[in-house]
Amino acid sequence: MKAAIVTFPGSNCDRDLALAFEQAGARVLRVWHKDGALPDGTDVVGIPGGFSFGDYLRCGAIAAQSPVMAAVRAHAARGGHVLGICNGFQVLTESGLLPGVLMRNAGLRFVCRRVALRVATAASAFTRGWRAGQVIHLPVAHHDGNYVTDADGLARLKDEDRIAFTYCDNPNGAMADIAGILSPNRRVLGMMPHPERAIDPELGGADGSVLFRSLVEAAVAA
Amino acid sequence: MKARVYVTLREGVLDPQGEAVRHALGTLGFSGVNAVRQGKLIEIDLAATDRAAAEAEVKAMCEKLLANTVIERYAVEIA
Repeated sequence: MKAAIVTFPGSNCDRDLALAFEQAGARVLRVWHKDGALPDGTDVVGIPGGFSFGDYLRCGAIAAQSPVMAAVRAHAARGGHVLGICNGFQVLTESGLLPGVLMRNAGLRFVCRRVALRVATAASAFTRGWRAGQVIHLPVAHHDGNYVTDADGLARLKDEDRIAFTYCDNPNGAMADIAGILSPNRRVLGMMPHPERAIDPELGGADGSVLFRSLVEAAVAA
Repeated sequence: MKARVYVTLREGVLDPQGEAVRHALGTLGFSGVNAVRQGKLIEIDLAATDRAAAEAEVKAMCEKLLANTVIERYAVEIA
């Protein structure tokens, strides 16, 4: 199973994300934002957290126009899996791969702490290792995680069971406590919390490992 | 040709930054500030010489990059 991890200028969680995929048994290939194609046989694309292009204009807006994102869009259109975490989630909404937008936290503060999340659906390759309704713990670290979409968009996310994670105690004002959402084909996940920072019990918990193992197993089975 | 693009939040979209500015103005003694909405002004120097073509091009820039129309609206001035 091959995971391609994209690095933009300003990405800072790319190595952690690579480690998390490797720990789960994936072969990791690193991709630079100027690359026009993904490596042959890429099963999953990982868009890491950080501050791509210094958050200029809007978080993720410039990265969404990088050459590699055309290849990522094509990968998603073929039914490939894409995981965007934190700034990666912002890049996915700016790319149009996921609906809505991540706005400045309602409290205006950068929030950096471990939070409790409810797994809202187990029906995806990312979340099938948990039970729907299960509470897990992952770190968040962001200034712009306040998920906003229009009323129709929110109704669609709910009706189609595409809300992946919700906050138990909303840290940023996100609509409907949304922490992560899935694409209509359930193969693109964007989430603000950092599962790649929770893959070792010695370092504050290993709940994040479940996501990477589930994803690797799903890709191997497919 | 020069273009000015004003990007502002759509009505109904909460602007926590504008709200913080409003609070700060109150603290400074400026009473009677009912609301503050913060936006962006983007100035573009264009090679184009045709006004209509320049406007169309800048609008395309807004749609593709300069504004996120989910939450923002934009206005273009050509000078």
